[in-house]
Amino acid sequence: MKFPATALYSVAAFTPANEERSGQADTLKAWDQTKVVGKALPRVDGYERVSGAAVYPSDVKLPNMLYGAILRCPHPRAKVKSIDTSRAERIPGVRKIITGSTPGCDLNWYYSRNVSTKLFDTNCLFEGDEVAAVAAESPYLAADALRAIAVDYEVLPFVADEQRALDPQAPKVHEKGNQVGEVEKYERGDVAKGFAEADVIVEETYSTACQLHTTMEGHGCVANWNGDELVIWESTQGVFPVQEEVARTLGLPQSKVRVIGHYMGGGFGSKLQSGKYSVIAALLAKQTGRPVKLFLTREETYLAVGNRPPAHMKIKAGARKDGTLTALEFTCLGTGGAFPSGGVSLDDWLVRDLYNCPNVRTEMTDVFINAGPARPMRAPGHPQGAWALEQMMDTLAEKLGMDPVELRIKNVPKVSLGRPGSPPYTTTGLRQCLEDGARVFGWADARKKRAESQAQGDIRRGVGMAAALWIGGSGSPPSTVLVKVFADGSVNLNLGASDIGTGTKTVMAMVVAEELGIDPNAVQIENADTGTTQYTDASGGSKTVPTEAPAVRSAAVEVKKQLLEMAAAELKVDVSDLEVRNGEVVSVTDPTKKKKFAELRGLRRAGVVLGVGRRGPNPPGKVINPFAAQFCEVEVNVKTGEIKVIRFVAAHDSGRVMNRLTYQNQVFGGITMGAGLALTEERILDREQTGKMLNTNFHEYKLPTAADIPADMVCIPIDLNDTEANSTGAKGLGEPATIPTAAAIANAVYDAIGVRITDSPITPMKVLAKLGDAAKTRQQTEVTQPMTSRKEG
Amino acid sequence: MSGHKDKPKCNHQSGFTRRGFLSTVSAGAVVGSAVAQSPTAPAAPVLEASETVPVKLLVNGREHRLLVEPRWSLLHVLREKLGLTGTKQGCGHGECGACTVLIDDEPRYACLTLAVEAEGRKITTVEGLMNGEELGPVQQAFVEHDAFQCGYCTPGQIMAAEGLLRANPHPTLEQIREGMSGNLCRCGTYAHIFQAVAKASELKQKGGRS
Repeated sequence: MKFPATALYSVAAFTPANEERSGQADTLKAWDQTKVVGKALPRVDGYERVSGAAVYPSDVKLPNMLYGAILRCPHPRAKVKSIDTSRAERIPGVRKIITGSTPGCDLNWYYSRNVSTKLFDTNCLFEGDEVAAVAAESPYLAADALRAIAVDYEVLPFVADEQRALDPQAPKVHEKGNQVGEVEKYERGDVAKGFAEADVIVEETYSTACQLHTTMEGHGCVANWNGDELVIWESTQGVFPVQEEVARTLGLPQSKVRVIGHYMGGGFGSKLQSGKYSVIAALLAKQTGRPVKLFLTREETYLAVGNRPPAHMKIKAGARKDGTLTALEFTCLGTGGAFPSGGVSLDDWLVRDLYNCPNVRTEMTDVFINAGPARPMRAPGHPQGAWALEQMMDTLAEKLGMDPVELRIKNVPKVSLGRPGSPPYTTTGLRQCLEDGARVFGWADARKKRAESQAQGDIRRGVGMAAALWIGGSGSPPSTVLVKVFADGSVNLNLGASDIGTGTKTVMAMVVAEELGIDPNAVQIENADTGTTQYTDASGGSKTVPTEAPAVRSAAVEVKKQLLEMAAAELKVDVSDLEVRNGEVVSVTDPTKKKKFAELRGLRRAGVVLGVGRRGPNPPGKVINPFAAQFCEVEVNVKTGEIKVIRFVAAHDSGRVMNRLTYQNQVFGGITMGAGLALTEERILDREQTGKMLNTNFHEYKLPTAADIPADMVCIPIDLNDTEANSTGAKGLGEPATIPTAAAIANAVYDAIGVRITDSPITPMKVLAKLGDAAKTRQQTEVTQPMTSRKEG
Repeated sequence: MSGHKDKPKCNHQSGFTRRGFLSTVSAGAVVGSAVAQSPTAPAAPVLEASETVPVKLLVNGREHRLLVEPRWSLLHVLREKLGLTGTKQGCGHGECGACTVLIDDEPRYACLTLAVEAEGRKITTVEGLMNGEELGPVQQAFVEHDAFQCGYCTPGQIMAAEGLLRANPHPTLEQIREGMSGNLCRCGTYAHIFQAVAKASELKQKGGRS
């Protein structure tokens, strides 16, 4: 049995097997040259998405459908003493109200193997905890009903500040106290010895604020029962995990739960798992005997469907004069809210693995607070760790009098030091990312120009950069994919994976097109439906392309093999003399000998030719990771504190570029989300008074807008021709794209104004406060001693 | 960073706004009780929240006559009553732009526009930009430049771009950034959206249908 929150989080999950794993290895050789794969092609489902024809789960409308809504606890911690639904029940058009005491609704809900709660638990541990639910004839009536339900809450003391959660007097979120499990510790080498060998030692604290996924389509589903079969149209990154979890919670066989998710409006990790909402919709549908649409309001999505946990970090770093790192020490405190959900997971991974440092010690403490549980968010832990480590690398570079790019190049690792046994990577493009990125950005010149701009007006220009890797991105089994060729020669791709906006369908159609010599747009795709497609994991972890593409390729090759054999018999030529081109089988030596797929008698007799592709295991003992380096230029107005991002250059080694256009789009999207982490995004809890979240809306929780993001962005793919990773050579891209961004911006801001802001987001107020402090310190220093160089923040 | 550039997209000139309406109806009406208890009876008759009124809506050139609750947003009616689900709900509060439609050629947030308020106006949704089965120029440009990822905010982005180009056929980059800043894209495709809007301006100039 799998439990949702832990799956993406453990380092063990990302450690390669030392021996050959069971399962048939992928024997296909990597492509030498490609005709279709790698091109900049528009999406195969672009028409549907821009015409309004694409039906997202929230667009589904079934005959006789009701609308569901969830009543949530308004307090960070409370006991539900009683619920009076009588007034709500009298509202015309309200069809059903369910609570934990409704027959059939007293269900367990698992946050991890050991921690469960009730679907509607009277012991509410965070603002947004589910209390009751309604189904009504319209969403307006459902909202009316929620307002008319009277709940008597006993409001209890709460803790909403993770930094005080371990105080002895802090209210306990769970009986055993506020620490989640053991403190997570890692050590290699001898850190004390490493610091003794260092010429320069720097110590600094950093923090990142809690960030929220804020997908544009909210979380939710439409649920409908066909007899004892439950069908759910869910906005999800993975239909199969939703099927598993809903079936488990309701005690149904998986075969009786069908989950469909053809389109979905953004996930970023928050839709890798099902939510209570899916089960609640199913219960409301069951109890009313009617289909129910239940989508969360925007406010609910801020409270109850995940976040990127805040991180409070400290790094002590030592280096020799030549820039060689000798020791890194990292501590971190974080919180996944009220339930175990990876509050510090992977925060230390970059400290462990990004640079060639022999002596490393990390220590991470995860605590409970009375706030919504985390869910994985685009590269869990990594942007937080990068924020700390990559600012520290710049500080070290300054102390050493080295260029920040040079310092990083000096410490590029040859193997994965963070993993047991230090296994090698299949390919490591970190050095190339740094070198090519710096060259395209014009790094050296930009730094010189920056120095010249410092004396002019209120605007200060600065440049910054940061590097990254992502612990995942290898892809892995299981995935089963079908490619079919029908009697008329037309092609169908049957794929379990969701296309979460990354262009999965398009890339997979291109893989089929590559092997069968056809136009990608001619490939009809059915995907993300547990009733008609085959099992695969959710689309997340930057593993969708490296998981699915090799499976798709092997399915297409399997089909091709059968077509070639049919043609060889019918054309009376050797099968090795045949190839496919433009939907035809052609003899290489005598191109007049050819047959269209549709002309193959064998195909017509069979009706359909089916190729089954399975994702083989990864190479034993090797690590498959993507790498990146991003460079940016900012302007800071020292009078207003306002920061403008002027341009970005992003160099990424994610293996083979499958589609140049969607690749670039992913990279720019990652930068945009990273800019939010750096500059504007922050969950604000009223830690002292009410414990409630104060900015549960787009107006006060600020995402980057078109006015904030520069048009001047450049994407440089670094392709080292990885022939070992898998038969397509592709590694993951979605997550690495957002890892270094915030740190690069922070470094650029420091470069512009000479004071370092180490807690995200870097707001104008923080800029002005820091500049003010720096000015005061300077005045005092001038009185007592001659001015020294830049004062650090 | 400038944060959101809030542009009022709700039309307050029709004299029948959501806020004004709700204050008239008062909180009591929503649970169907206590309406009669108001000590000073208002001049206008108080409607139950769930009472319906007839309305004529002109959507994509077709007239629809239907009964709506006065509190229903135009967004709700488009999606749940007329089946025009191209227009998306992102926040319901006029903060994200996913529900942007054109009302008399201007981009408006359908979630902040009451259906009754839109009566007599020319409403255009993303479906209305199609020429039969052919994409309109803005839609075409969005596909060519891959100006979307998950695609959920996209119909709203396209309508905002359409409105911008109707008012200003040849916008500069800065005008595009400003014009598109009322529409959030969490996938972060703004850089491609800028290219797509510039391209759409060209396509429209070449005679593409709007």
